[in-house]
Amino acid sequence: MATTESIVNQPATPTPFQHISGSRKIKNALATALVTVAFLIALVPLGWLLVTVITRGFDAILSANWWSHSLSGVMPDEFAGGVYHALYGSIIQGLICAVIAVPLGIFTAIYLVEYGAGGRLARAVTFMVDILSGVPSIVAALFIFALWISVLGFPQSAFAVSLALVLLMLPVVVRSTEEMLRLVPDELREASYALGVPKWKTIARVVLPTALSGMVTGVMLALARVLGETAPVLILVGYSRSINFNVLEGNMASLPLLIYNELVSNPEAAGQLRAWGAALTLIIVIMILNLIAAASSRFSAIKNK
Amino acid sequence: MIGAMNDNATGTLETRSRGSRRSADLIFQGISTGSGIFVVLAIVLIGVFLLIQSVPSLAANNANFLFSAQFSTTDAGNLRFGIRDLLLVTVLSSAFALVIAMPIALGIALFLTQYAPTTLRRPFAYLIDVLAAVPSIVYGLWGLAVLGPALVPVAEWLNATFGWFPLFANGNVSIGGGGTIFTAGIVLAVMILPIITSITREVFRQTPADHIEGALALGATKWEMIRATVLPYGRSGYIGASMLGLGRALGETVAVLIILRTSTDPTTFSLFDGGYTFASKIASAAAEFNQPLPTGAYIAAGLVLFVLTFVVNAIARSIVGGKVNR
Repeated sequence: MATTESIVNQPATPTPFQHISGSRKIKNALATALVTVAFLIALVPLGWLLVTVITRGFDAILSANWWSHSLSGVMPDEFAGGVYHALYGSIIQGLICAVIAVPLGIFTAIYLVEYGAGGRLARAVTFMVDILSGVPSIVAALFIFALWISVLGFPQSAFAVSLALVLLMLPVVVRSTEEMLRLVPDELREASYALGVPKWKTIARVVLPTALSGMVTGVMLALARVLGETAPVLILVGYSRSINFNVLEGNMASLPLLIYNELVSNPEAAGQLRAWGAALTLIIVIMILNLIAAASSRFSAIKNK
Repeated sequence: MIGAMNDNATGTLETRSRGSRRSADLIFQGISTGSGIFVVLAIVLIGVFLLIQSVPSLAANNANFLFSAQFSTTDAGNLRFGIRDLLLVTVLSSAFALVIAMPIALGIALFLTQYAPTTLRRPFAYLIDVLAAVPSIVYGLWGLAVLGPALVPVAEWLNATFGWFPLFANGNVSIGGGGTIFTAGIVLAVMILPIITSITREVFRQTPADHIEGALALGATKWEMIRATVLPYGRSGYIGASMLGLGRALGETVAVLIILRTSTDPTTFSLFDGGYTFASKIASAAAEFNQPLPTGAYIAAGLVLFVLTFVVNAIARSIVGGKVNR
């Protein structure tokens, strides 16, 4: 800065803060380097993992029958068949879970924001949502096993898996919906009340539509999370190599369960290929859900941040 | 009680007409309140059901539940199960993961809030979040087939150099196989990294601008500014975030199940042990859940895990407090 100014404009003695001692400079540079390295370290497993899954699973998902056939009648060492049955299982289990968890989550969030705000029950609900989001998936699965199968006597089924997934999806839906509802400006609610619109109609017709795109984002991210859960499918439903459309009875495959089974019980090269192929398929499904989530948040009516 | 909940700021502006509009309001409020109560009930029910289902097995247990390393449930008439080894392996792998993940997550959070170019902060943060989107079974697959073998030379070097230190001593499985707590812990560290990072980042970002500008105006270097303002402000959030990460690591199931080799010997509290965590033990026995008593033994293990994660998460939440809503 001194280059453009004439010498008379400078203070007679330099300000005390202009000189930075060598050790302070070194510490500062060191901190910058360490912090940058930390970020780069995190990218190593990310890149490594994605490249591994893509290169090892690429051949599988491009094979002729991958998306259209099940593994019914396919020998363990045979390079044939596909994941149609597991894809169906993953999607239907996710959908049933969403059908239960989304309304429940949205109403819970409405309670927290519109009705309970600050009350004792609302604080208890917020606390329990926090705890629920920390419940390990295996514990959720054990609980559904104890309740649905041991006590109520239902058979193992895809529906039981969906119930366990509800417990895992619910807190994510509540959190994201709650966050979006809080972003809806109070002026909108007050304008609606001023026109004589009852509270429930204000929520249903003014608040929810305003928050909708953000809520869709949250739901998609929650769905992406539960589709990758393996513990519930391990405990609550048996594996099947062929398609089963009945969610209330019988074994049903899903992508994580197929990966686990091929990995554990099939040492053949074909089995390994199927495991990596199914892993890539699962990542693609999750990526699609994430893209929908990102697209939806772009159309958000209220500006987040 | 429901009526009392209604008087928030906006409620006073509401038109309080009687009749069908009022009842529609009440129904809507009832559904919302009911959903909230359901969430509270769900947690209570989880605890109650796990407890009820595990009591008969605990009563029939012929070994000490807390201190026995045995877990034999094949003979329903002679159950012998204890959680000593499960607890040790769970705690050791999670603690190891935390030791690795905490400094890295702190660095990333600082990088993303203070150092990275403003326009790149969002995309960079998104990259870290992608780590959280990868399913645990894929982590397991990668840990077993790729990372484990790649880490063997590192593990062997640690064992050869620091073998006198109990943590790096020979364990109960072969180091060359890669299926050790060492490998599992590193995979767990990668898995909890995005959780710790995102919450810490959120807290760091809320550091008051006055503090930051004040420090810089006093001539602090960037690092001195961070030490004087960002770190003290975000410390509790960072610790809470790390505990949330710990909770996730304690309950992680399938990645650990796939990676860890099993061993007939009890654990030696070395990073080169194999064995089972609570979660992976339960998942490994899923096929045997047909008799109530053996199943109850695993449910008892699940109950301990539930209590453990409950406590860790409750502490974490009370530390993080209202600073972040995540």
